[in-house]
Amino acid sequence: MSATAEPQAPQRTRSDEARSMLREIAESSALVIVLAIVASLLLGGILIVLADPDVQEAAGYFFSRPADTLSAAWDALSSAYSAMFAGAVYNANAATFAGAIKPFTQTLTVATPLIFAGLGLGMGFRAGLFNIGAQGQIIIGATLGAMVGFMWHLPVGLHLLVAILACVLGGSIWGFIPGFLKARTGAHEVITTIMLNYIALNLVAYLLTREAFQRPGSNNPQTPVIDESAQYPLILGSQFPLHLGFVLAIAAAFGVWWLMERSTLGFQFRAVGANPQAAKTAGMSVPRAIILVMTIAGALAGLAGSAQILGTQKSLTVDIAASFGFDAITVALLGRSRPVGIVLAAILFGGLRASGPTLQVQAGLPIDIVLVMQSLIVLFIAAPPLVRFLFRLPSPRVVKEVTV
Amino acid sequence: MKLELRGITKRFGDFTANDRISITVEPGTVHALLGENGAGKSTLMNVLFGLYQADEGEVLLDDNVVRFAGPGDAMAAGIGMVHQHFMLVHPFTVAENVMLGHEVVRGPARLLDLDQARNNVREISDRFGFHVDPDAVVEDLPVGSQQRVEIIKALSRRAEVLILDEPTAVLTPQETDELLAIVRQLRDSGTAVVLITHKLREVQEIADKITVIRRGKVVGTALPTASREELASLMVGRAVSMTVDKAPATPGDVVLSVKDLTYVDQFGVTQLDSVSFDVRKGEILAIAGVQGNGQTEITEAILGKIPATSGQVFLDGDVITDLPIKDVLMSGIGFVPEDRTEDGLVAGFSIANNLVLDIFDREPFSKNGVLRPRAIAESAEKNVAQFDVRTTSIGATAASLSGGNQQKVVLARELSRQLKLLIASQPTRGLDVGSIEFVHSRIVAERDGGAAVLIVSSELDEVSALADRIAVMFHGRIVGIVGPETSRETLGLMMAGASTEVSA
Repeated sequence: MSATAEPQAPQRTRSDEARSMLREIAESSALVIVLAIVASLLLGGILIVLADPDVQEAAGYFFSRPADTLSAAWDALSSAYSAMFAGAVYNANAATFAGAIKPFTQTLTVATPLIFAGLGLGMGFRAGLFNIGAQGQIIIGATLGAMVGFMWHLPVGLHLLVAILACVLGGSIWGFIPGFLKARTGAHEVITTIMLNYIALNLVAYLLTREAFQRPGSNNPQTPVIDESAQYPLILGSQFPLHLGFVLAIAAAFGVWWLMERSTLGFQFRAVGANPQAAKTAGMSVPRAIILVMTIAGALAGLAGSAQILGTQKSLTVDIAASFGFDAITVALLGRSRPVGIVLAAILFGGLRASGPTLQVQAGLPIDIVLVMQSLIVLFIAAPPLVRFLFRLPSPRVVKEVTV
Repeated sequence: MKLELRGITKRFGDFTANDRISITVEPGTVHALLGENGAGKSTLMNVLFGLYQADEGEVLLDDNVVRFAGPGDAMAAGIGMVHQHFMLVHPFTVAENVMLGHEVVRGPARLLDLDQARNNVREISDRFGFHVDPDAVVEDLPVGSQQRVEIIKALSRRAEVLILDEPTAVLTPQETDELLAIVRQLRDSGTAVVLITHKLREVQEIADKITVIRRGKVVGTALPTASREELASLMVGRAVSMTVDKAPATPGDVVLSVKDLTYVDQFGVTQLDSVSFDVRKGEILAIAGVQGNGQTEITEAILGKIPATSGQVFLDGDVITDLPIKDVLMSGIGFVPEDRTEDGLVAGFSIANNLVLDIFDREPFSKNGVLRPRAIAESAEKNVAQFDVRTTSIGATAASLSGGNQQKVVLARELSRQLKLLIASQPTRGLDVGSIEFVHSRIVAERDGGAAVLIVSSELDEVSALADRIAVMFHGRIVGIVGPETSRETLGLMMAGASTEVSA
């Protein structure tokens, strides 16, 4: 041993370095997130197998012919995952190239409101605010946007611009309120934003019963379709659903990155979020930061509303926000509140959601399985030690402070 | 009971907190474990107490190897520990706290036998002269008495080895003397006492044997007859000067003037009771006092972090009482908060960003609301070099730094502006000897550079070493302002509320 120890020494240092680098990767939460997705796909796979009728049938005679059960399980899994892939990314069976990539444009379209709202929520998280109010902010933004869209008739170009601004205005008002309440009275944003969600929802339900909001000749709670001049143009032509909102969302992601990382305002937001006491002692105004962050987050949620009303739905109903405001919370957490992460997480969720119908039609699986998988991802991410345990990862190094 | 640690090694990842540490503590002796913060003293004791599992090495009690899976095992084996932060339930009485976890019940209803607990407390209290009432509610007791409750807790479980982790950090000089007397009694009754500390004075006064730990290793043993310089240089690893080199002050005009400052907090408690004092250019005024007597509130009221109920604060003759914090800082006040991790630093931010926490929005660090990372980095490199902040890079988080280096970051930031007044609360709390030396020299340099300096410290050694004048606070009032040559005894009496007519 002692004879070979010397020449090996430098090599060992290098492998030590490699090991500590690997350890760093292993400890990083990015890896945990990827593994959480993997784990939820695996667990989701078990559910798919269990829910499959062929598997259930084959399992009835499992002990006489176990291979049948296994092959049925394999069939169920492969058809489910290929249906998900075909529904969200690339449909190899399509007759044309356009048909083949259409699922992916659908994924990006669904991702658009998630990106906007996720960016706003992520900003809030980094500033220490647990904003649950994207749902209400989307609704109010979409409502104002819809009003501009079908009540006003402006020239092409201007109409869209004013409609977008109306969405932004609506969202920011609904974000400003809880921000102001928190800054001035200390009212907790979780409670106020949840309540404002209900208020927004019921406000829209009420408005839709008024004559001014009703579609002529219809008794359904639904507004007229907004003018074409107020709609987001389709950027890849009429055979794809992808609209200009997606480009704006990517631009917004860059804008939020710049705001948080490069501007003095973002510096304050981050400082207030990480340690409000130190921020205050350094002379920053914590209330001002809270109000600004909530207002900007509301504006971004309002843009998510614009993607719905001006991009995909085109008329206002009570379901205008679907569950985007809540899914955006997950997206922001999954993306670790960073713009790039949020865009990727939103695309993942957009894909899961877009694949739902295909999954149902092609693989005969309930659409709920997608929701179960989404929830599993979140569950795993919320419990990093669980993921580390499942994949036998080392636990994060104990910081030196422990050894005082 | 004899306690022996043999070759204890404890690693956290790549970091070795304890490296083959061996010590032996004989019954009826006081063994001092001396070392800087982060040297690994507390880790070692946590291993001994069963809170951590050692990677290598063994613990022996009376020459038998023992293994502790948790503190419960350690206590059952006769080891008691008084943590630096007390583990007491505040709304409970002394007797309830003492029986906690070892509740005795009686009768078919299995009711708590509080009488027995009371008697138990009374018996131990009388035996050692603790003067602790078993029915007193813990939160009503002064800190020194709370500490005695912790000791009673350990003794009631028949501890024969007692570990005291930095026991004097929270005590007045008088309370410290009382504690040392108690430790002597315990020793004489045959208890083995392990005293963890970085205070040389106590070690010299009471230890029978001294083991010095540096960077996780035993670097030497010493006898209590060793001089403070010898002990300090063993601890730090180089020669250390124990006194602050400073020329006599040459006070100039009044810079800070506090007039009848009163602060009543949200619960209606008067924390500051018409406090008045001046600090002149080129002098250091130190405010001494036991923690919680209004010193923190004075500094925060000057900064504007808490609103003055009445009274005024003047800087160079201008009222700054109701200005926003930002304006107070920019009018030329540097502020080193008492709790650097809570108020001074954003732990998750890089060192570079922490160095501009209060000046990020001025040139050259930003322009028109846009940060200039290069300017921030350049200035950070300069400050890190100048203040000798030990770090791998300016991009490392503040959380990754040791306490001393964190304090250097705060100081570097505050001193990088042109100051009229420097306010520093507990500037060397938790710092090791080497860092204390450095921080003190920077504070004196600031004074000599023409700033007025206001120091708040609960360390009498620090107050005496730095101050040109000493103001002593008790219950929100200034008891008196005295000269730096005032004896520890007099200062201690004043800190306990005895007023004095002496003034300087």
